[in-house]
Amino acid sequence: MKVLAAMSGGVDSAVAAARAVEAGHDVVGVHLALSRMPGTLRTGSRGCCTIEDSMDAQRASNKLGIPFYVWDFSERFKQEVVDDFIAEYAAGRTPNPCMRCNERIKFAALLEKALALGFDAICTGHYASIEHDENGSPELHRSLEMAKDQSYVLGVLTTEQLQHAIFPLGKTASKDLIRLEADQRGLSVAKKPDSYDICFIPEGDTRDWLGDHLEAEPGKIVDQQGNELADHNGTIGYTIGQRKGLRIGRPAADGKPRYVLDIRPKEREVVVGPQDALEISELSGERFSWCGAAPENTDQWQPVDCQVRAHGDTVEAEMAIIDNQMKIRLRQPLIGVAPGQTAVVYQGTRVLGQTTIDETVSAQAANV
Amino acid sequence: MKVFLDHASTTPLRPVAKQALLEGLGVSANPSSVHTLGQQTRHMLEDARDSIAKSLDCNRSEVIFNSGGTESDNQAIKGLYWQRNKDKDRKIIISAKTEHHAVLDTIEWLEKSQKAKPVWVDVDSRGELNYQQLETLISDHGDEIALISLMWANNETGVITDIQHVCQLAREQSIPVHSDAIAAAGHMPISFKDSGLAAMTVSGHKLGAPIGIAVLIVGRSVKLESLVHGGGQERAMRSGTMNYPLALSFAAALEESVEQLDWRERELGKLRDYLETKVAKLIPEVEFTTSGANRLQDNSHMIFPGCQGDSLLFLLDLAGVEVSTGSACQAGVIGPSHVLMAMGKTEEEANGCLRITLGYNSTKADVDAFLDAIESAYAGAKRAGMSAR
Repeated sequence: MKVLAAMSGGVDSAVAAARAVEAGHDVVGVHLALSRMPGTLRTGSRGCCTIEDSMDAQRASNKLGIPFYVWDFSERFKQEVVDDFIAEYAAGRTPNPCMRCNERIKFAALLEKALALGFDAICTGHYASIEHDENGSPELHRSLEMAKDQSYVLGVLTTEQLQHAIFPLGKTASKDLIRLEADQRGLSVAKKPDSYDICFIPEGDTRDWLGDHLEAEPGKIVDQQGNELADHNGTIGYTIGQRKGLRIGRPAADGKPRYVLDIRPKEREVVVGPQDALEISELSGERFSWCGAAPENTDQWQPVDCQVRAHGDTVEAEMAIIDNQMKIRLRQPLIGVAPGQTAVVYQGTRVLGQTTIDETVSAQAANV
Repeated sequence: MKVFLDHASTTPLRPVAKQALLEGLGVSANPSSVHTLGQQTRHMLEDARDSIAKSLDCNRSEVIFNSGGTESDNQAIKGLYWQRNKDKDRKIIISAKTEHHAVLDTIEWLEKSQKAKPVWVDVDSRGELNYQQLETLISDHGDEIALISLMWANNETGVITDIQHVCQLAREQSIPVHSDAIAAAGHMPISFKDSGLAAMTVSGHKLGAPIGIAVLIVGRSVKLESLVHGGGQERAMRSGTMNYPLALSFAAALEESVEQLDWRERELGKLRDYLETKVAKLIPEVEFTTSGANRLQDNSHMIFPGCQGDSLLFLLDLAGVEVSTGSACQAGVIGPSHVLMAMGKTEEEANGCLRITLGYNSTKADVDAFLDAIESAYAGAKRAGMSAR
């Protein structure tokens, strides 16, 4: 196959490309330039977006003996990921930009361009596996290395996207083995640190960065009954589940700490309350998709596991499609789930599908 | 098999240049040393200087060796600016937005850090300079002008500036003119003596010498502040031990280029016209950007509508044909050509351009290989579309 290896400049994508070469594919390395202003060399590069990362990707390609190109997706990335990120926060939601990037850049814009230019598939360094069912239809599964499992951020992929994806790292038992392999292959990125933060937020401080991109609109901090407790300088300074830095002054009547329960940008309100009010028992979303073939009888409740963060615990749940919405009833409540986050549902190791959360139901309310 | 049609980025090393380089590397000594061996390498360096002076029609003492075109442009522009501001405030620098970044960014640096006031002369849609505007600017600003820097031929489009005319306009106000002649030298007849220039940049690797050697030709009566200080070599304008093997190699490549000028004009011109006629037939929607302009005979510059240059380059590269968009890269990203933007093209148009530059070893077979590949490459690049940006 003619394979495009998307190379961020990190160790994972370099080893993934090496494995694709070894599997006999005709591989070309491509680094995505996602920032119009890549700036200068920065120490402690972050796994993508900087000149240093681009050069690391190039060195890895040279080492593997594959051609290397840089493709500019900066404009598309700004529109689809960065602007979406800002708009979601402005609407009081908590987006996952890595997921948007997979959905709209890596496995959309990049894939489209790759297919048009004659490639058959895209290979990335994600920790996840693709299996095939008896009909040959692709399924996405968790990686063997659970600590690094990235199936969550790939939960947005459709059958067609999976058909053109290769994830060579999914069956490796640990990241250490990947680093060892990189070292053995003479790849200079073998010891390069992992990137954790959002690539377009250089200093790693999301709130600070958002402050530069959104107008702060002061408003009130209120309790669940709507009583005003304090002022705030803008809702973007808050995140659901936040306890510290609320600066309310006086304690709650019961003396227990208060947490952010809800953010309402339109009303400029931040709602606070006790910890148990953070517990969520139901989720739903209109924007849902199936990762591979759609399951049968989706109008019936079926047992699933639900994960709402890239590296969060999963909880047992049941899922059904009702009124064109994916509804998820959790067996145990989850704490601090915000609209805008993505809920990915699994059956065993298989990713079944996902939805962007529009609404959550508090466990307290559900019990009433 | 690889087909190389990107001579304007770096021309393949000429055999005579390689031979001269090896000759230079055969003797090791500092050309400033007094002993016999030192005299031997000094002899080589001065032979190179003589040869370059002859090729560019200037005095031997006007040849200042340095490390490359970018250094030369920096030295000329900063050096003239500092010199001209010694006795009087002369903050204006006249140039054009179609210049190479070595000129543009140097002027912008002077603007940011040294209070320079750049004034940009317009070019028309074919890339030709507005001489009328230049004349007005010179008469309006007169002695406030520190220098004029305009390239002899454009590195992307091959469009030629009438340097003699520019110098005539500048002479009345005694304004020194620098020209980046990197794309022109060895590609068309050049006479520094007849040009009226104060300084001129010529680089080795654009005409078949190795990378890392260039000259700044500085008129004998011209004063300019030095960029690099040290042992006082090269008229104290460029300190540092002289790289005589590279100088020899450069001289050999330039000499051969100049010898081949007639052949170039005749044969490469024919080959370029053949290429353009064929491309126009294969892909009628192609726009020949500089059509009708006074341009180098070995340059063809075109816009392929509805696709991105990087897709086109990628597909041609896979087909073994090496060409360029001509515009600068940052971290490997091909941006829209600033030259085309200055010519009034949209960003979308400026993204879909291709530069083909022929050289001393180009053949009809090379051009035919390009013609064989371009149709399907363009179709593929159009399919990939403009979606990525």
